[in-house]
Amino acid sequence: MEETVNVICTFCGSVCDDGLFDVEKFKSKRFCKLGSSKFSKKERIKAPMIDGKEVSYEEAIEKAAEILVNAKRPLLYGWASTVNEAIRLGVILTEKLRGVYDQCASVCHAPGTLAVIEEGLPGGTLGAIKNRADVVVFWGANPMEAHPRHGMRYSISAKGLLVKDRKQRKVVVVDVRPTKTAKLADEFIQIKPGYDYPVISALRAIISGNADAVPDEVGGVSKEKLVELAETMKNARYGAVLYGLGVTQSRGRDRNVENAVKLIQLLNRHTRWVIWPMRGHYNVVGAGEVPAWEVGYQYAIDFSRGYPRFSPAEFSAVEVLKRGDCDAALIIASDPAAHFPRAAVKHLKKIPVIQIDPFPNMTTLLANVVIPSAVAGIEAEGTAYRMDAIPLRVKKVIDTNYWSDEQILEKLLEKVEKLMG
Amino acid sequence: MHHALHIKNGIVIDPKNGVKAEKMDIFVKDGKIVEESEIKGEDVKVIDASNKLVVAGGVDMHAHIAGSKINTGRTMRPEEMRVVRNIANKFRAAVGRVLLTSPAIGYEYAKMGYTSSFEAAQPPIGALHTHEELDAIPMIDKAALPVFGNWHFTFKYVEAKDIEKLKTFIAWALERTKGFGVKVVNPGGVEAWMYGGNVTSLDDQVPGFNVTPREIITSLIKATEELKLNHSVHLHCNRLGVPGNYETTVETIKLAKGFSNDARQVLHVTHVQFNAYAGDSWRNAASGAEEIAKTVNSMDNVTIDMGQPIFGHATAMTGDAPFQFTLHRLTGSRWSNKDSEVEGGAGIVPIVYLPKNPVHALQWAIGLELGLLVDSDKVVLTTDYPNGGPFTEYPYVMAMLMSRKMREGELANVSPYVQKATNLPAIDTEKTLEEVIHMTRSLPARVLGLPQKGHLGIGADADIAIYNLNPLEVDTSNDFEKVYKAFKTAEYTIKSGRILVKNGELVDEYWGTTYWVDATGKVDLEAIKPDLEDYFKYYSVELQNYGVEERWLRRPERIVV
Repeated sequence: MEETVNVICTFCGSVCDDGLFDVEKFKSKRFCKLGSSKFSKKERIKAPMIDGKEVSYEEAIEKAAEILVNAKRPLLYGWASTVNEAIRLGVILTEKLRGVYDQCASVCHAPGTLAVIEEGLPGGTLGAIKNRADVVVFWGANPMEAHPRHGMRYSISAKGLLVKDRKQRKVVVVDVRPTKTAKLADEFIQIKPGYDYPVISALRAIISGNADAVPDEVGGVSKEKLVELAETMKNARYGAVLYGLGVTQSRGRDRNVENAVKLIQLLNRHTRWVIWPMRGHYNVVGAGEVPAWEVGYQYAIDFSRGYPRFSPAEFSAVEVLKRGDCDAALIIASDPAAHFPRAAVKHLKKIPVIQIDPFPNMTTLLANVVIPSAVAGIEAEGTAYRMDAIPLRVKKVIDTNYWSDEQILEKLLEKVEKLMG
Repeated sequence: MHHALHIKNGIVIDPKNGVKAEKMDIFVKDGKIVEESEIKGEDVKVIDASNKLVVAGGVDMHAHIAGSKINTGRTMRPEEMRVVRNIANKFRAAVGRVLLTSPAIGYEYAKMGYTSSFEAAQPPIGALHTHEELDAIPMIDKAALPVFGNWHFTFKYVEAKDIEKLKTFIAWALERTKGFGVKVVNPGGVEAWMYGGNVTSLDDQVPGFNVTPREIITSLIKATEELKLNHSVHLHCNRLGVPGNYETTVETIKLAKGFSNDARQVLHVTHVQFNAYAGDSWRNAASGAEEIAKTVNSMDNVTIDMGQPIFGHATAMTGDAPFQFTLHRLTGSRWSNKDSEVEGGAGIVPIVYLPKNPVHALQWAIGLELGLLVDSDKVVLTTDYPNGGPFTEYPYVMAMLMSRKMREGELANVSPYVQKATNLPAIDTEKTLEEVIHMTRSLPARVLGLPQKGHLGIGADADIAIYNLNPLEVDTSNDFEKVYKAFKTAEYTIKSGRILVKNGELVDEYWGTTYWVDATGKVDLEAIKPDLEDYFKYYSVELQNYGVEERWLRRPERIVV
């Protein structure tokens, strides 16, 4: 292989595709801190394990298949940090097992998906934003820390067709605290925690000519300031609201996003505006898009009746675990033991758990079967969807003895099919 | 598995080969139609098709079956997924009302005797997503048409009147997207939408470029014809969904004058129903189908497809983003939009066609008028799935075209507005079975430029449908219910020589071919390299990471022109 090659980053939803990687020195260039930490030598799970004992891939997969087939209702969860090819096999596997498919969005951006169901998603690609957006509003999002190169490549200082540089673009940050991104903004609007909904409603009222109905202060923001923001929005040539977990995981959740989408609908009667979520993991979009085409829904999907049913309050991983409604789990490319509520983790500890992941994490400690995998983007190729659903084929630039997620799942599906007859 | 089939005693209709309801046998070997002598000594499966209709598998030349639009539709409309079509067993679970999951799309086409379908609008930068979904559709052959009409490179080369570079660019783009042909959606209008507008005529200037829709269309036709691509320019006209738009459509169709091709049309105008409205508002809208039919019939180088609405649920999804916003404003329904880099855009809005709604009834009637008034050799049967409704109701459209009696029954149930706003009630044309078979098989195959599809001649792909209908006995004018039922579920669907459906039930799963057209041998890609490298600074991905490699696809087939 060549020494320095182009790579596509597999850390965050920005999926920057301009990176360089020195294969010999194992060193990345043009990456942010987050990306370069992923593209550096890290502690790995050494070998497949059953109950802590090292085994071959074949043995581990055989055991995993047995666990899954013997379960009445297995939970297959994670998927946000692997490629579409693996996700597709995972969806088919879950359908075959009559289990539950869920993915990381159910604990972060899923409220945005619910808002899509209510009102749709008037959006655009990051390239459209870079070329055209003269006003960008980050709402409850802090890309300078969560998506470090987003601003430079797509949204803040990106050089585009109509908006040539930072000077021609107005950046507004709406958040509950002064973030690193807020420091770069032309305008920072600090709102009280949990007041996203009323603030958005106030903007809608002002823009639709009902400013009279707006009190002097909403959510800690003066009416004067709100009128000013409404004017900025109306006078934009092309605006973009990019929202983060501050909106989806605070009071109001999906209703906040729904209200924001209605604001965008309204603004499009005056000028052009788009709205888009700042998705976290590099392929969390794929973890929703793939099941959508395979079985009709993005997450929280139950197959116990042999066909897919969607019910977020019922079939999301946390709910299933809290109810004790699964008797085995396959966790891939995720760490629920570290991030889920205690009650959910408690059940996870009780049931057989299979983990597929390149790196050890908290979930490794409670997994009965651990299957290490190749790192997509470095050791394995496959398709990933950037946060704006633009597909990119991440690359394999280094040879490895680790199996890819796709290979592992292919074998696992084959074993399961065999056992089920 | 049998390598050879002998379909015995069927009543064959094969318009391309001049076979008009003749009792004859068909022989199949290695996925192709062969002479009887070829199957001697083979392990032959005999299918008794006595008193049954034997035709080529259906070819859907325009449907939205894969990619970001339909998938956003699925995400936005979980209510569409409650219809369970198959419980996971030997086959995949399949769900969907009008919007279907990928497995359901393949299964439903197969059950209806259709064996090929073309995704009609592929956003170029999303090509890989489109192909992932095409690869998830079992049973059928497929392909995708990338959209060119609002791509900045198109504008630049049209503006510079540089047909050579435009040709090179088309060849480059088809190779990168693994696309099949040149789709054009509201040329210039989607770019105008980026500024909140649209174009209102063929001669509006596109914002930021010194070009007009007229120039874009004619230049793309010229380039496509010089490249000799399989398929002609496939055009979604300007001013879709606007009362009075039929005049623009007529004017647009006439742009094909001066171009010619021995094998096929030089311009295919798609889902024309949506572009066939007279009047100047929805209050006085009327049919413009007759004028359009006259124009199409008077020319020998233009084809159209219907875009027939089916009463019930549908989801509007097009690359015509400004129209989708208008529809959202009109209906107050959910709205998704996607402005796409420097390539164009798209929108998605749920709709429902109600028989008693005057506008919906008008649209329904116009679709049928087009199907009846345009020569059967120039109009393809489509619903523009899922814009006009499900493809699973093609049999309804087929039966309606063949039976005035059926139409009269339906007309009694729809808004009386159609009585004055259209000529449908007065049209006594009844298409023959042969014509309808042509409109769903041999014609779309010819329009797409696929000589091995849509017929049962020696050497053709063994894509065959057998229906429980005896063309020598059936009275299509009166037995419309029987006709509808027969076409709804095939007795047999055979794809590339494999029996996939028997008595309307799936019996085998098959993964079809994805066709793409390679014209790079006819151009010098180096000629546009500096332009690409320069203008890619307005993309958010690197030029080197743009596009789809053949090895990433399940069963690609490259067609070299």
